[in-house]
Amino acid sequence: MATSKYRNQPINSADLNLELGAMTEYPTDPNEEVVMSIRNLNVGFTTRGKKTHVLRDINLDIYKGKTLAIVGESGSGKSVFTKTFTGMLDSNGFISSGSIMFDGQDIAKLTSHKEWQPIRGKKIATIFQDPMTSLNPLLTIGYQISEVLILHRGMSKEEAKKEAISLLERVKIPNAAQRYDDYPFQFSGGMRQRAVIAIALACKPEILICDEPTTALDVTVQSQIIDLIKDLQKEYGWTTIFITHDLGVVANIADNVAVMYGGQIVEYGTIEDVFYHPEHPYTWALLCSLPQLGTKDEPLSYIKGNPPSFGSEIIGDAFAPRNEYAMNIDFVKEPPAFKVSETHWAKTWLLSPYAPKVEKPKVIQELHERMKIAAKELARQEGDEYAEETKVGE
Amino acid sequence: MPKKQKSESELNLKPATEEEDIFEVNKVEEEPIVKMRDVQIAYKVGNVQRIVVNHLNLDINRGEILGLVGESGSGKTTIGRAIIRINKVSGGEITYNNVPISGKIPRKREKLLKTKIQMVFQDPGDSLNDRANIDYIVSEGLRAYHMYDNEKDRLEKVEDMMAKVGLRSEFLSRYPHEFSGGQRQRIGIARAMIMNPELVIADEPISALDVSIRAQILNLIKEFQQERKMTVLFIAHDLSVVRYISDRIAVIYAGKIVELASANRLFEAPLHPYTKSLLTAVPIPDPKVEKKKKILVYNPREAHQYSKYDPPELVEIEPGHFVRCDKKEKEKYEEELKRLGDSLNA
Repeated sequence: MATSKYRNQPINSADLNLELGAMTEYPTDPNEEVVMSIRNLNVGFTTRGKKTHVLRDINLDIYKGKTLAIVGESGSGKSVFTKTFTGMLDSNGFISSGSIMFDGQDIAKLTSHKEWQPIRGKKIATIFQDPMTSLNPLLTIGYQISEVLILHRGMSKEEAKKEAISLLERVKIPNAAQRYDDYPFQFSGGMRQRAVIAIALACKPEILICDEPTTALDVTVQSQIIDLIKDLQKEYGWTTIFITHDLGVVANIADNVAVMYGGQIVEYGTIEDVFYHPEHPYTWALLCSLPQLGTKDEPLSYIKGNPPSFGSEIIGDAFAPRNEYAMNIDFVKEPPAFKVSETHWAKTWLLSPYAPKVEKPKVIQELHERMKIAAKELARQEGDEYAEETKVGE
Repeated sequence: MPKKQKSESELNLKPATEEEDIFEVNKVEEEPIVKMRDVQIAYKVGNVQRIVVNHLNLDINRGEILGLVGESGSGKTTIGRAIIRINKVSGGEITYNNVPISGKIPRKREKLLKTKIQMVFQDPGDSLNDRANIDYIVSEGLRAYHMYDNEKDRLEKVEDMMAKVGLRSEFLSRYPHEFSGGQRQRIGIARAMIMNPELVIADEPISALDVSIRAQILNLIKEFQQERKMTVLFIAHDLSVVRYISDRIAVIYAGKIVELASANRLFEAPLHPYTKSLLTAVPIPDPKVEKKKKILVYNPREAHQYSKYDPPELVEIEPGHFVRCDKKEKEKYEEELKRLGDSLNA
């Protein structure tokens, strides 16, 4: 357990109104069009006759045409969360309460395969982490794309082939017409992921869920795939939900960020809010542990302990046992969401008016300064090219 | 068939008696621990031989952490595995403490070598035996080379090592599936470190882990390296990680080293276009910077115009900084360095 110097801070009196300053309603940005609205969502699993609560009271609005990044460690529930959007929870999982409003209906209530069919894949498509497991190794890439076109868009075989080739060209696969008849094993990892994106594109989805699409890829390929997703989003105007544990990727792609821990969204805000003014100690810890921020001579800071297991009931703040800034109350009572600004809220008692003033870690305060220095190395070489250009001009 | 001639270093070898350690006898403290000379590694696919690594010259200095960076398929893992004799070398020579360790070597030497070099693998889930408990996994090396006096001594060593990697000794009777990814990688490290190796080959030890756990594992490797003064070959595809941990970095593309420099210098003055493209691919956790960033794509056909008469070579462009280039490029790079030096001084 992380020792906290705030451990003895006394917000534990019964007569204090602890909910003071807490949000009663989750804010919706009035300037944005809401495409999906999640309210009080609770998801559980039954394992060996025992019920566990994996997602606890999630509230979130997803805005049209924007990119939402969901960040968290493995086991924080981020994949389970997005699986509820397409009804793909494992057979022992269930939505115990709450609503997901999408396209005028509450999709949390849908049960049968038939009800899901017009939504899953067609309006909400998913790209998974490992492209080898999401493609069928026995069927050609072309067949797998045209299959979707025939099924969802009612095309004939010839039309589907033509469209599939143009989709492969869209995702920048060279010699698309020749590669149409290739099998997945003949594609490299990056190309397979492109093919999966082409399948997702086939139905022109309204929401594209990317479940760690680049984790299995090299950095160079990762940056290409992210660029591709961004370009296509501009063209098609869909909404992207991007799940990742890499904050570097988030910085590149996201408009809004939801940080998940222990089955809850602990902090939500625009990308600037979360990176430059993070309020939750878990977000601080995540940012601090990035190797990009480390200086050579001192050890990297990291989050001690393990994420909570869902087998046991969580009392108080799920992050408290690992939290360097935990107060007494964190071990007793679950923090409500406190509003920081119109677009930004966090679930931590540190934002309560009774809490002591806590200094954020130094790295967080200097984040932008440090990163500017890191980026200078990259910028310099771009500057170099620029210098050459001007020379020619002279 | 003519008898194969013994290599020069084999002939220069100081002989060791039955009890002596041939690596210790031939060790020169100031010289690199591993030297690779003109190494060629090939895989046989059906009847076709595919050369993965060719004409590789690389020294690993004693006590350093050498980062080996490249994309998948560049041959970085192959090189690591060739040192520990998992992959056969089809040409050239690798020496360890000046003793040849590639090709055909005496059985005794091979056995001895494997007590000195240990490996940490990428996926801790795949590299640990599912059906063995942690006690067995960690002490397997000790057992194989009889490196303990009695059962009590062995258990002490294992428990000591578990404490060092931050795991409780109750865990010894458990099985790999009961652990999280980060804990499994700690076990993988414990298993390597218990042999007290001189050289550790860490093959992407953190690629399969969560970002928040990466930091723990990096710290652990660095702590061990500093405490024991061991040498580490750290293989990775992400430059940001390698920069934090290594002293020198070798960038490898299609089986060839394209740039080699100290970690700081490589970031300060990257010269080869491939290194530059790798640098721009590193994600920066700052939205304002990251969203403006332009990614350079490396295309060897566009980037270089090598001719038959002027083949590219690995050239030392400044002390300790090597770049693969031909004569024309060398001039260009020298100019670039000069300009950089001027801008830094100004």
